[in-house]
Amino acid sequence: MDFRLTPEQESFRNEVRAWVKQNLPKEWTSRVISGPDVPRVEAYKFLREWQKRLFDAGFIGLTWPKEYGGRGLTFLEEFILHEEMALAKAPPVLNILGIAMAGPTIIAYGTEEQKKRYLAKILSCEEIWCQGYSEPNAGSDLASLQCRAIRDGDDFRVTGQKVWTSIAQAADWMMLLARTDPDAPKHKGITYFLLDMHSPGVSVRPLRQITGDAEFNEVFFDNVSVPAANVLGGINNGWAVRITTLMYERLALGFGLQVRLRIALDALVGLAQRTKTNGDVASKDPIVRQKLAQLWIDTEAFKYTGARAITKLLKGEMPGAEASTGKIWWCETHQRLQDIAMELQGPYHQLMAGTDRAVDQGLWQYTYLRSRANSVEGGTTEIQKNIIGERVLGLPKG
Amino acid sequence: MDFGFNQEQEMLRATARKFFENECPSTFVRKMMDDPAGVTPDFWQKLAEQGWLGLIYPEAFGGVGLGFVDLAVLMEEMGRAVMPGPYFSTVLLGGLAIQEAGSESQKKEWLTKISGGAAKVTLALTEPNARWDAAGVTLQAREARGGFTLSGTKLFVHDAHTADALVVAARTANAASPEDGVSLFLVPKDARGLEVKLLPTMDQTRKLCEVTLKDVSVGADALVGEKGKGWQPLARVVDRAAVALCAEMCGGAQKILDMTTEYAKIRIAFGKPIGAYQGVKHRAADMLVDVENAKSITYYAAWAVDEQVAEAPLAASMAKAYVSDAYRKVAAAGIQLHGGIGFTWEHDLHLYFKRAKGSEFTFGDATYHRERVAQLINL
Ligand SMILES: Cc1cc2nc3c(=O)[nH]c(=O)nc-3n(C[C@H](O)[C@H](O)[C@H](O)COP(=O)(O)OP(=O)(O)OC[C@H]3O[C@@H](n4cnc5c(N)ncnc54)[C@H](O)[C@@H]3O)c2cc1C
Repeated sequence: MDFRLTPEQESFRNEVRAWVKQNLPKEWTSRVISGPDVPRVEAYKFLREWQKRLFDAGFIGLTWPKEYGGRGLTFLEEFILHEEMALAKAPPVLNILGIAMAGPTIIAYGTEEQKKRYLAKILSCEEIWCQGYSEPNAGSDLASLQCRAIRDGDDFRVTGQKVWTSIAQAADWMMLLARTDPDAPKHKGITYFLLDMHSPGVSVRPLRQITGDAEFNEVFFDNVSVPAANVLGGINNGWAVRITTLMYERLALGFGLQVRLRIALDALVGLAQRTKTNGDVASKDPIVRQKLAQLWIDTEAFKYTGARAITKLLKGEMPGAEASTGKIWWCETHQRLQDIAMELQGPYHQLMAGTDRAVDQGLWQYTYLRSRANSVEGGTTEIQKNIIGERVLGLPKG
Repeated sequence: MDFGFNQEQEMLRATARKFFENECPSTFVRKMMDDPAGVTPDFWQKLAEQGWLGLIYPEAFGGVGLGFVDLAVLMEEMGRAVMPGPYFSTVLLGGLAIQEAGSESQKKEWLTKISGGAAKVTLALTEPNARWDAAGVTLQAREARGGFTLSGTKLFVHDAHTADALVVAARTANAASPEDGVSLFLVPKDARGLEVKLLPTMDQTRKLCEVTLKDVSVGADALVGEKGKGWQPLARVVDRAAVALCAEMCGGAQKILDMTTEYAKIRIAFGKPIGAYQGVKHRAADMLVDVENAKSITYYAAWAVDEQVAEAPLAASMAKAYVSDAYRKVAAAGIQLHGGIGFTWEHDLHLYFKRAKGSEFTFGDATYHRERVAQLINL
């Protein structure tokens, strides 16, 4: 066990630090005082540019193979990079679904042609990806999805609907799960497609969320033609394709979550240090101190638990229990953080962006509302606990 | 950067687990609960033979010269076995105080003896005021006839009744800062005027004493470290002992989780194993989250105190805060998920439940350490 950086890691860190100092404009950091893990619509433009800069400098897709635009480094460098991003209060990465999900899945299952075609453009943010899994009647029970893809010569024709599809309104491509064999058992008849969002017959309708924003959407497919060459990992093999990259996804998404949590916590500490309650700053209140200290501890615990999983992976072992707990722990901690942010503001917490009276331009109000989704998106907390209970602890299925 | 255990450490874990399964089954633990000594000479000697009494002491003093990460591995296994006896008090309190503050000759004499199993030394720090900070040290040490005279009462002293000597924290001066003027003295147990009373404790696997000193005279050579400068080394001892305790607590919590998931697979209710019900399954998942986080933050703290990085005190307090709550919660959940059997004296769960409670308050509970974290992050 050793937390010191090797000289090479140290120089990598310095490289990142120096670059961020040069290339992250101040006004970009201020927008993400405690930004959500999926960026807001109004920020897409600058976030696209931010990711492009990261790509040009070689700070994105660190663990991807060099021939596809990555750097062939390990999760350890990724860990170091993200610590630096948290320190610098860097904005989130816009094409995160492409980077954490589509890309790794293509790397694992794609043909050479597919890898050449898609991977580098994911990293550079030239092509944004969305995830077309959930449907009105298939969320937690994803395998019961009904969106159909029917073979038609060299193509498939897709008809059906997806819902809660984040960033679909800006996306160029979709990871689509569709049913190709309705007669097979439900896990066996699903195929993973790479779907061009600009195809005729695709329509996207933004859905307004409790924040007032519309970051997720409904997506309708009306007889959309998808070339068979865009099947990933074999026909009717979609469920296996989705499952095998799950752990990688957890870790890859986990880095971003760690950064968001740390930035939010630092902002909260700042808020406590300047908010007056009963005549003194809130940070002097013994109960507030207890709550903030606990958040600090829980944020660190999240980081080190992730670090243990990474170490196992680097040693060629399968991460065990330590890789499974991060998501629910993160949700619990972040939602509690946002609750405390509201509490600190007292009656001011009611004021949204649009008045000078709002605290921090109303950003906390947005993040507070946005945080409710944390325990739903990407698999609900209940489902995560089922998975931990059954796969990690070996308890029987219900 | 590497956040895992090396091969030697994995081997130590395997050896220790086997050793405790053989030498420290719960039948032994229960015998020691009823035995005032809390340990047998035979068991103690075996710990010495394994090299575990001197695990963290330098080889020059009869130790093995390993670090706190290695120790954490061993302590986890001890916690898993709810090992009774004065290991913690001797190796991590009395012995560590001598290592941190003592002179070469004190170290040579006492650490060698401890490592070989020939002596037990505890630390008499806390008092009836139940404070963990420097201001809690009020026992007076007056200079007299070239030596010192100690008077006062120490409470919650681990294993004083079986120790050969005590490192006593005393006040030699009342300065503006309570951290100044604390001195450490090595007092033989048979010193005149020193009285030890064994107290009945909830956790019977861990013995606590009240120690009264009435005009106890010691020579100048009894001083451990510099006069009036005892708090700094003591604070390091307390941080390190707290981290070691956290590791022990993690081991206990993991054992409860293991027992509980095993039980949830075989106990049938309404025609199904109880583990199939989400009320049970989700609580077990919560236990796992607590156990894994507890380990992560403890391992980091073990590394931090070992390397003496600047963040070590913060790391120690983060760990003690987290683990104090986690072990208590996990132990309570374990009893709940066992139903009536979990409430019996016969079942081992209560041994862990009580150890969790005792450990929670040893060197400060979560509330105390969260406030310390708040201070250390400059809140
Ligand atoms: C902000 C946001 C962004 C999203 N982005 C995307 C996206 O980009 N792409 C995409 O495909 N999806 C996306 N989702 C959808 C998300 O993955 C689903 O909402 C989630 O998987 C839950 O499915 P559901 O909404 O159908 O709820 P349901 O599955 O109907 O669940 C309702 C409730 O029942 C509980 N429940 C269900 N089954 C069980 C069970 N077996 N045991 C115990 N409790 C159970 C759930 O935990 C939940 O509390 C997003 C969701 C949100 C909120």
